[in-house]
Amino acid sequence: MTTTTQQPKAPSNGTPSRAARVLADRRLPVLVTAGLFLVMYAIGLSRYQNYGFAETQVFLNLFIDNSYLLVAAVGATFVILSGGIDLSVGSVIGFTTMLTAWLVEKQGLPLVIVIPIALGVGAFGGYLMGYVIQNFEIQPFIVTLAGLFLFRGLCLVISKESISITDSSVSSMAQAQVSVGGGFLSIGAIVSLVVLAAAFYVLHYTRFGRRVYAIGGNEQSALLMGLPQGGTKIAVYTMSGFCSALAGLLFTLYIQSGDPLHATGLELDAIAAVVIGGTLLTGGSGYVVGTLFGVLVLGLIKSLIQFEGTLSSWWTKIATGVLLCAFILIQRTMTARRKT
Amino acid sequence: MTTTPRWRTLTRHHLFWPVAVLVVLLLVNVPFTPDFFSIKMTDGHLYGSLVSIVLFGSPLILVAVGMTLVIATGGIDLSVGAVVAITGALTCSYISDQADQDALSGVLLAMGIGLVAAVVCGLWNGFLVARMGIQPIIATLIIMVAGRGVAQLITDGQIITVNSEPYKLIGGGYWLTLPFSIFVVAAVVAVTVALTRRTALGLLVESVGGNAEASRLVGIRSRRIKIMVYVFCALCAGIAGLMISSNTSAADGNNAGLWIELDAILAVVIGGTSLLGGRFSIGGTVVGALVIQTLTTTIYTIGVPTQTNLVFKAAVVIIVCLMQSPKFRAKVFGGGRLGGRFGGKRGDRSTATPADTAATPETVRTMEVS
Repeated sequence: MTTTTQQPKAPSNGTPSRAARVLADRRLPVLVTAGLFLVMYAIGLSRYQNYGFAETQVFLNLFIDNSYLLVAAVGATFVILSGGIDLSVGSVIGFTTMLTAWLVEKQGLPLVIVIPIALGVGAFGGYLMGYVIQNFEIQPFIVTLAGLFLFRGLCLVISKESISITDSSVSSMAQAQVSVGGGFLSIGAIVSLVVLAAAFYVLHYTRFGRRVYAIGGNEQSALLMGLPQGGTKIAVYTMSGFCSALAGLLFTLYIQSGDPLHATGLELDAIAAVVIGGTLLTGGSGYVVGTLFGVLVLGLIKSLIQFEGTLSSWWTKIATGVLLCAFILIQRTMTARRKT
Repeated sequence: MTTTPRWRTLTRHHLFWPVAVLVVLLLVNVPFTPDFFSIKMTDGHLYGSLVSIVLFGSPLILVAVGMTLVIATGGIDLSVGAVVAITGALTCSYISDQADQDALSGVLLAMGIGLVAAVVCGLWNGFLVARMGIQPIIATLIIMVAGRGVAQLITDGQIITVNSEPYKLIGGGYWLTLPFSIFVVAAVVAVTVALTRRTALGLLVESVGGNAEASRLVGIRSRRIKIMVYVFCALCAGIAGLMISSNTSAADGNNAGLWIELDAILAVVIGGTSLLGGRFSIGGTVVGALVIQTLTTTIYTIGVPTQTNLVFKAAVVIIVCLMQSPKFRAKVFGGGRLGGRFGGKRGDRSTATPADTAATPETVRTMEVS
């Protein structure tokens, strides 16, 4: 309603200078993040050369240790591109680990049946949230907050204690290695890369992807253009729920137990990765490849701190916060320039 | 309509539904604990379920009151939990370094340092939101993520315990037979109500929340108002942080105030303040915070497994939000018959007469003072 009455912005006078054009390039944030990753990696190489930082496996471990975060962040990318936010990511992951562990250990179901159940539950949770957001016009923030409470509560309803998984099929799957170049990747890492590739294809080469960008860019215009907005929004949250559940399965593989407190606050890491990856939080602009770099940067911070040895784990949080702040300010100056 | 007009004015009052929920929750307890409402006097202190609900709910009330003003400007503050942790960590680490932990001056100085840190966090949030124009959710997310790290840095990853009598007072002590924290909460709420409803500040906050740009054009310094509410919110969170760390005599960088931001937002929403901004009710928020605390207590007393607490909360959030959603009301009740009962600004204003919509300071005052 407000947008239709807005006057179109006056066109900027003259052709923009070269510097302005570079600054207005939508790909810039992704390049900045990729550059940051390379710089950090180079610093790691020069500082910890004698401690084996240069090994290929150290680099591949970034993918192995952060596979679940990558999958969750890809889901969050869809939601944020559409202009929403999903706070339930961490809870859904925790719930999935719990549900999987419970079904496998206590109910004795084979993994082949458990995996579709877990994915289905996650996707259905996302669908419900999307349905409420779309049909009752409640802010995504508050609806997904309810989702956060609900799934964390359901974790505790299943069991207050953590359930460790001793099933042989799970452990053999968790320990499977696929050799790549000079090292190996876990199944989780492969799955996360497949998800990334699929998300890239969906976002950039399908109608659905275009709709996500359109809704995030300007919901009113998208509506006026006749895009099926409601379906898209619900689909976005369903997808995020699905990705969270998949991330939960990968997390279960990675950690081989279910715990009601697993992945607390992971939604913040996912959102941070998306933002650091250059996706605008207002929606409509960003690349899923940027999310990959965002996750890699966060993972690299963790391994740098591990290699440093003297720094404590809380520096990860502080570094994440500082990076988050820096990238938000970069985004801000960029969008400010684009408008003028 | 068979209902009398008086009943209808009562149910249309913006505090009716939150208070009704609170009363129902309190009454639910009676069959399970018959002496629920009794208050006993032991050693010159008052004890009883009602007292402990207010006592345990007081940090939440403080945080929620600050959050109300932030939400009234159309913003949100996710960093309050981290601010709680930082304040507690700073204060406790300062006190524990003292030779004499019981010295009043040292304790006051420590509390001052903690509150200054909280105000700095608030200024930073306000700067990002008002000056840099960043979305509030994102701007405050920075401190939410980094703040816990900072708190752990201050406490060196340990849980710092203090043994200070004066410091114990603010969160666990008694004064005039009542827990001291109740007086702190009462003072903060009274000051807030006085500042927002007896001066023009409340109106300015609501006008910024209604339309920041329009308010700026009519001459309200909306940026300054926004910075002010974020600082106030952080200050409230800081006091709550003092209370929490004093109650347990320890600072835990990881768990102090964990998820209090979500509870506070929930309290504000239950209290009838619209998340869209432009309208707020401090009284509603206090009732909302009490509802949450009573819910927790009720779950403990009626013997439902405590872990279902979060599921109940989720149900409450969804129900309250659905009731506030005009679309949902239209779908379920038909034609928004319930409009205004939940204090949703759209429901209320759209059914009001033109004279009401003008919302002069006087009418706002009489409507909102609670």
